[in-house]
Amino acid sequence: MIKTTAQKIYVALIFIFLYAPIFTLMVLSFNASKTRSKWGGFTIKWYKQLFQNEEIMEALWNTLLIAFLSALIATIIGTITCLAFNYLKKSNRAILLGMANIPMLNAEIVTGISLMLLFISLGIKFGFMTILLAHITFNIPYVILSVLPRMKQLNPSTYEAALDLGCNQWQAFFKVTFPDLLPGILSGFLMAFTMSLDDFVITHFTKGPGIDTLSTKIYTEVKKGIKPEMYSLSTIIFVAVLVLLLLVNYTPKDKKNK
Amino acid sequence: MNKKLLSAPFLFWSGLFIIVPLLMVFYYGLTDKTGAFTFENIAAISSPEHLKALWEAVKLSVLSTIICLILAYPLAMILCKSGSNKTSFMVLIFILPMWMNFLLRTFAWLTLLEKTGVINTLLKLVGLPTLNIINTPGAIVLGMVYNFLPFMVLPIYNVLIKIDKNVINAARDLGANPFQTFMKITLPLSVPGIISGITMVFVPALTTFIISTILGGSKILLIGNVIEQEFTQTGNWHLGSGLSIVLMMFIIFNMVISAVTDKDGEAQAL
Repeated sequence: MIKTTAQKIYVALIFIFLYAPIFTLMVLSFNASKTRSKWGGFTIKWYKQLFQNEEIMEALWNTLLIAFLSALIATIIGTITCLAFNYLKKSNRAILLGMANIPMLNAEIVTGISLMLLFISLGIKFGFMTILLAHITFNIPYVILSVLPRMKQLNPSTYEAALDLGCNQWQAFFKVTFPDLLPGILSGFLMAFTMSLDDFVITHFTKGPGIDTLSTKIYTEVKKGIKPEMYSLSTIIFVAVLVLLLLVNYTPKDKKNK
Repeated sequence: MNKKLLSAPFLFWSGLFIIVPLLMVFYYGLTDKTGAFTFENIAAISSPEHLKALWEAVKLSVLSTIICLILAYPLAMILCKSGSNKTSFMVLIFILPMWMNFLLRTFAWLTLLEKTGVINTLLKLVGLPTLNIINTPGAIVLGMVYNFLPFMVLPIYNVLIKIDKNVINAARDLGANPFQTFMKITLPLSVPGIISGITMVFVPALTTFIISTILGGSKILLIGNVIEQEFTQTGNWHLGSGLSIVLMMFIIFNMVISAVTDKDGEAQAL
């Protein structure tokens, strides 16, 4: 009894540690005073001003668009790579996995500067495109690592059975293999989207002047003082995702299964 | 259709955007402005200021890796026992916080840690001495632990959950007490997870420049800060690349160790 209480307290403390800054930001979004160190009373004016702030809205749009496109393209490339995986020789599999592991294990700063050097020497203009290419690059491994375990569990006989029963390759893929892989593909996409959304370092080195994502916008604001509208925007995003996750996890269908 | 060809887009993409860029870092690191071969950029690590930044980064990242390990291991064990659902747990500690921007989350610690910040106000209320760690290495370590703790918890959890309960029961049946069971069974079996966790915390901590910028004032320069400045301010890419090569040596060393101890990729974090 004492032991489980101690364990609960420990877990609770870690969660407080991980969520204290998030809670702080939420409180600050309602702070009437512009400086973050003083509480000036409750207000929702930052939420109203947020939608009139064109710079922040543009950065938000860039962030979401890059996250969506990079996650989508990475999901496509990652998934078809996994499809090939079962047909490869063992040594080629190792090479493929090694390649996928490089951006995950390498330091973000090194990935960032290496891509910056590449774009400079290829003469690609720094901007939306370079950020997108960089994000696809670091997103592909997350998709592969999330689809591959599903691929390994896949029973090849079902695909062959579909072929025997008269499906062509495409039909067999979309009716048999794809539904089996779908949970892995979706979680890979979500992972990639989240990673892109939260990235700062690689975007910092691959962005050009005149384009900002939320991360780089916040970075330039860190030294001058962050605009309170930024707090309200993050609060909205965070609460929206939280509600979405709760809805997904606690749908009536799930309750029956439990 | 040859199904092997499906891996071609990835191989092409990785070749162009992963391998070639890394070769370019080596090219820049090993040449000077005229394009002549030189070791100077790598030897530049031994200048006092660079050495100090590297030493500071190694010191702080080792410290925060150890703290992460100490905090994460019991947490992973508790979560394993409670049989909580893996996905919901991963989302809660790993995915959900990421939807609040990482810079903002780190920045929020300023508000919490400042002299007149939230934590000190609370400490004063209950009559305890106040903390004074903002703009010190302590604050940077805290920021590192805060940001990278989930990377330690997940791999350890992934290995612990796979340990066959019968092995533990057998040890208990054969007379081992809980402590002996832990030392002789659980701990040795979880080594791959520990190593993988260490890699996943140590590398980002060693190379960060953003945590030290936000929480360390601009007083403390880590090796990451030096490299970042070479690229964005000074514009000496050759020197920046040379220092990055030194940094990569640490990373490669780390990767080799984790590859040797975790052959099956069991502890892969995600």
